[in-house]
Amino acid sequence: MIELAIRVLGFSTVGFVGLIFLFLLREGIPFFFEVPIDNVFGTRWYPTFDLFGTWPLILGSILVTVTAIIIALPLGVATAVFVREVAPGWAREILKPMIEVLAGIPSVVLGFFGMTVIAPYIRTSLGAPTGLTAFTGALILAYMSLPTIISVAEDALDAVPKSYRDAGLAMGATEWQTIWRVVVPAARSGIVTAVMLGMGRAIGETMAVMMVTGNAARMPLSVDSLFRPVRTMTATVAAEMGEVAQGAVHYHALFGIGIILFVLTFAINLAAASTIFQKRRKGGLR
Amino acid sequence: MKQPSSKTIYRCVAFFLLVSLTLGLMACTSSDEPEPGNESGSTVAIENKGSDTLVNVALAWAETYMESHPDVRLSVTGGGSGTGIAAMINGTVDVANASRAMKPEEIDAANENGIHPVQFVVARDAIAVVVHPSNPVDGLTLREISDIYTRKITNWREVGGEDRPIVLLSRESNSGTYVYFLENVIRLGEESDLLFSPDTLLMPSSEGISSEVRQNPNAIGYDGLGYVTHDQKVVAVARAETEPYVLPSIETVNADEYPISRPLYMYTPGEPTGAVKTYVEWVMTEGQVLVSELGFVPLQSTE
Repeated sequence: MIELAIRVLGFSTVGFVGLIFLFLLREGIPFFFEVPIDNVFGTRWYPTFDLFGTWPLILGSILVTVTAIIIALPLGVATAVFVREVAPGWAREILKPMIEVLAGIPSVVLGFFGMTVIAPYIRTSLGAPTGLTAFTGALILAYMSLPTIISVAEDALDAVPKSYRDAGLAMGATEWQTIWRVVVPAARSGIVTAVMLGMGRAIGETMAVMMVTGNAARMPLSVDSLFRPVRTMTATVAAEMGEVAQGAVHYHALFGIGIILFVLTFAINLAAASTIFQKRRKGGLR
Repeated sequence: MKQPSSKTIYRCVAFFLLVSLTLGLMACTSSDEPEPGNESGSTVAIENKGSDTLVNVALAWAETYMESHPDVRLSVTGGGSGTGIAAMINGTVDVANASRAMKPEEIDAANENGIHPVQFVVARDAIAVVVHPSNPVDGLTLREISDIYTRKITNWREVGGEDRPIVLLSRESNSGTYVYFLENVIRLGEESDLLFSPDTLLMPSSEGISSEVRQNPNAIGYDGLGYVTHDQKVVAVARAETEPYVLPSIETVNADEYPISRPLYMYTPGEPTGAVKTYVEWVMTEGQVLVSELGFVPLQSTE
């Protein structure tokens, strides 16, 4: 009886995901037919005037996400190593729940913090014309993806057998050398997964990004682009969805962006999953 | 061991079903009571939705009107001109507020739904161009503003300010204010394909614009006069270099001296009748007092 209920629930979840995907396809696919393909992959996004170039948005999302991960990766891995390997027991007991609380801060709050505190600071300290930049967004996103990266990386470190550590120490390596040369490399695939998951979290984040990146749909190709405003795909959908007429080209365009975003996120998650499976097949650690 | 436990589960499920059913029924009956308002027989609900520019005035109108007309229940929501018009086309609101006239395709869409929108001008609005209080620039011509927003002018030095880069701020592209500003300032009211520079920061709200203008000496922004706070500096605007630079105010807008002003609309699905009709008429006469209190410009007919 219970088994059946669980089975039904499980299948219905899969079904819902499938339905959402179908809906996304149904609403978004027309975009790629209604609008000439050179317009879709053009460089100008002015939906009010039928210019639907998605490149600035795609590149904007990628720029912000990649920068966020570059910031979050060393911080996240270092924190995970500290919490798992270095910190004494009592510190770990305090740090772990605190990191989990970090994940619970609503993104609007972080966005508001970014808008009123970080943005002015970035403008005055870096001399950018405005503080609402890709970099500001990346900082906030890095902060938001840290909890994910830390907890998954920590689990990966946890899965490294004690024998590895003992072996390292027995070979005459210091504790530090054991951590960086033995434990961390052994947990490499888990850390890669952590980064991928953090990336998935970052690329899909909307509210905070909309508030701090300035939302200018410019091509982020020049060297200083990181310190200039960008517009991400998620912010575009969120900002414009409220006002489009259902069934209009613009409406399909926003779902089209949804499809692009979905494909990107799916690719990232697939990459994350494949690293896990690869490692499993080799019989190594998770 | 397994048989009895599954029976108890059955019982639990049945019990929960029963409870939720009763609760559901209770909710149904209780929500039915106020809805029809049969006892008084006269409570009318008017749904009013649309332009964020108009939302403060619309709220003030609704509150004042409900004080003198307890039989009418007005609910006002913002969301933007497009949202309000779309809702009216779909038949979910009685009055749509808009800071722009309906587009031909919106009227077509309404007609397809069997709705023939009627337009009322309910107030006037002036769009103020704002800069940081420390910015020494006092006046700009429409042409200069257009050049600034199309990135032909990129430094405040070129219009008599300090040597600073110009940061462009705008409302989101779905805002009625955006379209109005584009057509009447950037394109100078002419047919052209000039657009906002891609460097323009699109802010999701009026608050976004004011907070950036407040703290960034490089910024230039625009917004409805009703939303300009004292910590921003309003720039005087001239139609051309030879003409006078005018600051936006109720007098200058009504005298048609300030170059960037526009009418604000209410739309009803079809010729209004009953409570909606009295409300719209009230808005256009007595309601005008509230318009000027909120920084907008009342209609000229009520002086």
